[in-house]
Amino acid sequence: MKATVLVRPKEGILDPQGEAVGGSLRKLGFDVTRVRVGRVIDLEFSANGTEDARAQLERMCTELLANPLIESVEIELADR
Amino acid sequence: MSRPVVAIVQFPGSNDDRDAAWALGALGADAALVWHADEELPPETAAVVLPGGFSYGDYLRCGAIASHAPVMDAVRRFASAGGPVLGICNGFQVLCESRLLPGTLRPNRQLEFVCRDVSVQVENARTLFTRRCEPGQTLVLPVKHGDGAWFTDPATLAELSARGQIALRYTEDVNGSLDGVAGVVNEAGNVMGLMPHPEHAVDSLLGSADGGLLLAALVDAAAEHLALVAETASA
Repeated sequence: MKATVLVRPKEGILDPQGEAVGGSLRKLGFDVTRVRVGRVIDLEFSANGTEDARAQLERMCTELLANPLIESVEIELADR
Repeated sequence: MSRPVVAIVQFPGSNDDRDAAWALGALGADAALVWHADEELPPETAAVVLPGGFSYGDYLRCGAIASHAPVMDAVRRFASAGGPVLGICNGFQVLCESRLLPGTLRPNRQLEFVCRDVSVQVENARTLFTRRCEPGQTLVLPVKHGDGAWFTDPATLAELSARGQIALRYTEDVNGSLDGVAGVVNEAGNVMGLMPHPEHAVDSLLGSADGGLLLAALVDAAAEHLALVAETASA
């Protein structure tokens, strides 16, 4: 099974990294008003069907991949 | 009285383990260095220190990988039995990621590594770790971190403040830490984490001896924990 997990700083959480990147883009002349920097995690793993895969991914996120206090996650499961 | 044994956990990337061992040795404890892959703490362990450093290269989030190291199950058991546990810098991050302490440590607001002496105020001088300090006392301690901005949600912050779990606050804005929090204790009062380094401040020759107040209190707590365990065993 293949999946991608997108980890983003939660709405309302200060993202100093995003602000620094935004400042740099503005210096380059781009009219950028908002930048948020997150993380992409590509995974390959074994699962018994998509339901099991999704359940496993949710546990991976809770137990390690993201900190729910400051990050939100989006799970994209590849069809095959 | 015999010297209590303080277990100091070494993760790959820990780098203040030996400073902590030296400081605790100078303050009357025997340090036992414990490898992260060990599943048990030494049986004579009377307190645990999670030292500073960059465990597992700070991959994913600081302390996230270390919080799942085999030794951390033993640390959790030790803490839930009332044993005193102190996390310094990366050790604080590991305790937060392990959910042994509330909140989390985020990248410094200024996105710069800070490495200098700062002053912190003792907000609660009744905790196991701060009771050698006067209420409101200012301590000079070094910090050296890139991810030291402590954060939690407003409701949790209010609860922690009301319960006296905010042990130390910076007297200046060091890293954008919420409410200036520099150190917190758990609800039971036997686990503390702080970003500044008391183990680097135990001799005035090196700038400050204020860290000795916190570490000596840990040694006291270790001796008391041993006595309590012995009492329970004989009862």
